Amino acid sequence: MNFAEIGLNVLVALSQLILFLLLAPLVTGWVRKVKAFMQNRSGPGVWQPYFDLVKLLRKEVVVSQTTSWIFTFTPYLVFTVMLAIGLLIPFYTSLVPLGFIGDAIAVIYLLALARFFTALAGLDAASAFGGLGSSREMSLAAIIEPAMMLAIFTVAVRAGSTSLSTIVQHSGAWDLLAPPHLLASIGFFIIVIAETGRIPVDNPATHLELTMIHEAMILEYSGRYLALIEWASSMKLLLFLTLLANIFLPGGIATQLTFGSIAISLGIFLLKVLVLATLVALVECSAAKLRLFRVPDLLAASFVLSLLALVLYFLLGGAGHAIL
Amino acid sequence: MIDAQFFFGLSLFLYLAGAVLGALWCLRPRRSYYVSHLLALAAGISGITSSVPVLLGQSPYHITIPWLTALSNVAPSIKLFENFSLQVDALSAFFVFVISLLVVPVSIYAFGYLREYEHKQSVALLGVLYNLFILSMVLVVTANNALFFLIVWEVMSVVSYFLVTFDHEKTENTQAGFLYIVMTHVGTAFIVLFFLIFYQQAGSFDFEAFRKVAANLPDLAKTLLFVFALIGFGTKAGLVPLHIWLPYAHPAAPSHISALMSGVMIKTAVYGMLRIFFDFLKPDLVWWWGLVLLGLASLSAILGILYAVTEKDLKKLLAYSSVENMGIILIGVSLAMIFSSYQTSTFAILAAVALIAGLYHLLNHAVFKSVLFLGAGAVVSQTHTRNIEALGGLIKKMPWTAACFLIGSIAISALPPFNGFISEWLTFQALLLGFNVPDLIVKIIVPLSAALLALGAALATACFVKAFGVSFLALPRSEHVQTAQEVSSSMKWAMGSLAALCLVLGILPTAVVRLLDGVTGALVGASAAASMGVNPLTLAVPSAKIVTVAPLGLALILLIVIPVALGVAYMAGELRTRRAQTWGCGLPKLSPRMEYTATGFSKPIQLIFKSIYQPRKEIEIETDVSSYVHKRIRYELQIESPFEKYFYQPVSAFVLKISAIVRRIQTGSINTYLAYIFIALVILLLLVR
Repeated sequence: MNFAEIGLNVLVALSQLILFLLLAPLVTGWVRKVKAFMQNRSGPGVWQPYFDLVKLLRKEVVVSQTTSWIFTFTPYLVFTVMLAIGLLIPFYTSLVPLGFIGDAIAVIYLLALARFFTALAGLDAASAFGGLGSSREMSLAAIIEPAMMLAIFTVAVRAGSTSLSTIVQHSGAWDLLAPPHLLASIGFFIIVIAETGRIPVDNPATHLELTMIHEAMILEYSGRYLALIEWASSMKLLLFLTLLANIFLPGGIATQLTFGSIAISLGIFLLKVLVLATLVALVECSAAKLRLFRVPDLLAASFVLSLLALVLYFLLGGAGHAIL
Repeated sequence: MIDAQFFFGLSLFLYLAGAVLGALWCLRPRRSYYVSHLLALAAGISGITSSVPVLLGQSPYHITIPWLTALSNVAPSIKLFENFSLQVDALSAFFVFVISLLVVPVSIYAFGYLREYEHKQSVALLGVLYNLFILSMVLVVTANNALFFLIVWEVMSVVSYFLVTFDHEKTENTQAGFLYIVMTHVGTAFIVLFFLIFYQQAGSFDFEAFRKVAANLPDLAKTLLFVFALIGFGTKAGLVPLHIWLPYAHPAAPSHISALMSGVMIKTAVYGMLRIFFDFLKPDLVWWWGLVLLGLASLSAILGILYAVTEKDLKKLLAYSSVENMGIILIGVSLAMIFSSYQTSTFAILAAVALIAGLYHLLNHAVFKSVLFLGAGAVVSQTHTRNIEALGGLIKKMPWTAACFLIGSIAISALPPFNGFISEWLTFQALLLGFNVPDLIVKIIVPLSAALLALGAALATACFVKAFGVSFLALPRSEHVQTAQEVSSSMKWAMGSLAALCLVLGILPTAVVRLLDGVTGALVGASAAASMGVNPLTLAVPSAKIVTVAPLGLALILLIVIPVALGVAYMAGELRTRRAQTWGCGLPKLSPRMEYTATGFSKPIQLIFKSIYQPRKEIEIETDVSSYVHKRIRYELQIESPFEKYFYQPVSAFVLKISAIVRRIQTGSINTYLAYIFIALVILLLLVR
C-alpha cells in the first residue's frame, strides 16, 4: 500500500465519520417533520435537532448527588461507541478502511456496550424511573439483540463472511425477493423500530412512566450530557437505517474508489435513507403504542422470522461460508 | 537451563508441603494459614513455568513415581498401582496452566481474606484443604492411568466437599454439601463404569493401552462409553439437567474457593471429555455424539443464564452463570467433535477453530469468573450478606472492588474490548462454519444453537447490569452497607491483576491462539494458528471470505474518538456543573425504598419467559377498615426448577422408599452385620470363584 492509497483510505474514513456525525440529527429532524405532516401539523423545521443540541450544549449540567463516576462517564462512552461504529460500517462505499478491525458481531456488541453503560447510569441516580427504564431496556434487548444477530447472520452466511464490507460487496447481486432474505429483512425492520425506540415499541416524544423505556433511563441527564446522548441516539437511528439500506436493500453502492461512483453512490445512499426514514415515520403515525408486555410478542416475531431465515439458508445454501 | 519437568515436580512438591506444613502447624492457625497459602502461591508460579514451554511446543514429559515399582516388588498386592504415572502433554499443560494462573492471584487474595474466617473455624484446616484441593486438580489433569485418575478425582471431590461445608454452622451449607457429594458420586459412578468398559477391552488401566484398543471397539461399547462419559463428566461440568448441585455448592464455599471451583474445578470435566473424545476415541468419533453434546450445551447456556437473571443471591447468580459459560465452552468442544467426525483435512481445520473457541472461552471464563467471585467475596466480607437486595451504593465505599467487579461484568457479558467478547466471537464464527456440514440434522441444530447462544449472551448482559447496578450503584439499601470499607491491599491487588488479565486476554487474541494451537494440533491434528493470525493484532477465521477482528484496534478506536466526544461536550458549554438531589417524586427526601430492586429489575424478563420459569406467586392482602384500604400486602414469588420438580424429586422419593425397605435388615447390631458380610463372601466365592 503506497502513500496515496493510505491517504485515500484516511480520507474515506474521515469523510464517513463526519457525514455520520453531521447527518444524523437531520434524519431525526426529517422523521419528526414527516410525522408532523402526517398529523396535519407544521411542526418544527428539519434543522431543529441541531438547534436543540447547541442549546443543550450551552446549558448548565445538573448532576444528582447520589451518582458515581459511571453517570458522568456514560454519555462520553455512548457517543464514542457510536462514532467508532461509524468507522466500521459501510455507508456509500463498500470499502470500509477500518473494516478489518471489527465485523457485524463487533458492531452488535459495541452497541451492547453502550446499552450496558446506559442501563447502569439509569440505575445510578437511585430514582425509580431510571431503574424502570434500565430494567425494561435490558429485558427487551434480551430479544432484540439475538434477533438482530440472526438477521445479520442470514446475510453473512449468504455472503460467506460476517465482515460488513464483504457482505455489502456481494449483496448487489442478490435476489431480494428470495423467501429467506425477505423474512430476514422484515425481522430486521422490526429491530430497527425497536432499537431506535420508535412507536409501537417505545415513544421518543413522551415522558410518561407507563410507556417510556429509553427516555426513562436517561431522565436524569441534562445539559451537555443530554446533548451527547441525544446526538448518539440520532446516530443510532442513522446507523440502523444505513444497515437496512446497505445490507437488506442493497444496490447502488460504490465498490471502487473513483470520484464518479462515490458521488452516485452517495446520492443513492441519501435517497434510500430518506425513504426509509419516511417509512419509519409512517409506521409511527399509523400504529398505536403497544402495551409494554405486548412488545415482547412483536420482538419474538422478529426473532423467529430471523431464525427461520437462517435455518432456510443453512438448508438451501448460499454463496457458502465454506473454507474452500 | 532448568527444564519444565523440574518445575512441574517442584509445584507438586510445594502443594504437598503446603498441606503437610499447614497440618503440622495447626496449633498456630494464623501461621499455618499463611505458610500454606504462601507455598501454594509459589507452587502456582512454578506451575505456570512448567506448563508454558509445553504449550509452546516442547515435547511432552512423563513422570513415573519411582518408589511405587520398588514397593510393588516387596508387596505384590499393590501391583495394580505399579503403573501410576503422570504425563504432561499439551492438553494437560493447558489445564495446569489455567489452574496455576488462577492459583497465584487467589492465594494472594487469601492472605487478606483470612480476617473473614479468623474467629470462626480453624483457618489452618482451610489452608491444608486448599493445597490438597489444588494438588488433586493438577493430578487429575495429568494422570496417565485410569485407576490413578479415579483416585485423585475422588480426592478432588471429597476435598471440595469439605470446602463446601467448611462454613458448617449454616444448615444450608451442609445441605448444599450433601447434594454436592451425592451428585458428584453419581457422576463418579459413571466414570468408573466408563473406565471398566475400557479396562475390559484393553486389559490394562493405562491410558496408553486405551489409545491402542480404541480403534477396534464394538459399536455397543462405543455408544456405552459415550453415554457414560457424558453423564459422568457432564455432572461435574454442570451440564443441564445434571447441574442442580452447582448453584448450591459453589456459593457455600469460602469465596476464593468458589473462584477456584467455578474457575477450574468444573473444567476438569472438560479435560476429561477432551481426553476421552479427542485422545482415546478420536479415530472413530460418531457424528451424533457431537450433536447430542451441542444440544445439551446450548440448553445449558440458555437455562443457566435464565436462572441467573432472577437470582438475588450474588454468589448463586455467579454459580448459575457458570452453568451458562460451561455451555458456551462445550458448544465449541461439541462443534469440534462434529467437525472431527468427518475426518478430512478441511474439517480438521474447522475443528481446530471450534476447539480454539472452546478452550479460549474456558481460559476467559476462569479469569473473569474468578474476578467476580473474589469481588463478591470482598463484598460479602464487608457487608456479611449475599443478598443483592440488601446492598447498593458500594461503588463509593469500595471503589477498587467496584471497578474490578465492573470489568468482570463487562468481560462476562462478552462486550469488547475485554476477553469474553473474543471467545464468544470465535464461538459464533465456529457455529457459522457449521454451514459446511453435509448432514441435514446438523444444519438445523447449528443455527438453533446460534440462536440460543445469542439469546444467552443478551440475557447475560441484563444479568450483570442487574448484579453490578443493584449491588454497587445508587443508595445503600440496608444497614449492612453502612460499615463497608475498601478491602485490604492483598485482596485489591489480586482482583486488580485478574481484571487486568481480562483486558490483556481480550486485546491480544493471536498470542492466546498461538498458545492454544499446540493443544488443538495434538487433539484434532490440524493447526489453525497460521490462518487465524493475519498479523499479531488481528484475529481471522478461515471462512469462505475471510473475516477478521482486531480487538486492540477496537480499543484504540474508542480511545482515539474520545477526544471528539470531549470536544463536542466542551465546544459551547460554560462547563458549569451543579450537584443536586435526585427528584424524589415530590417527597422531601430520596429514600432507598424508591430504588428499583433486583427482583423488580428482572421481573420483565421473568414475565417474558414465564413459560420456562413457571413461577408460583402468592399475594396476601390484609385489609383494615374496608376492602379498599390495604394495611399490609405480602407478596411471595418462587421459581421452581422443573428438573428438580419432575426428575430429581421423584427419583429421590424412589430411593428413599427402597432404603426404607432395605432398612428392615439393619438391626444395628455389629454381629448381624458381620454375618451379612460372611454370607456375602460365601455367595461371591460360590458364584465367581
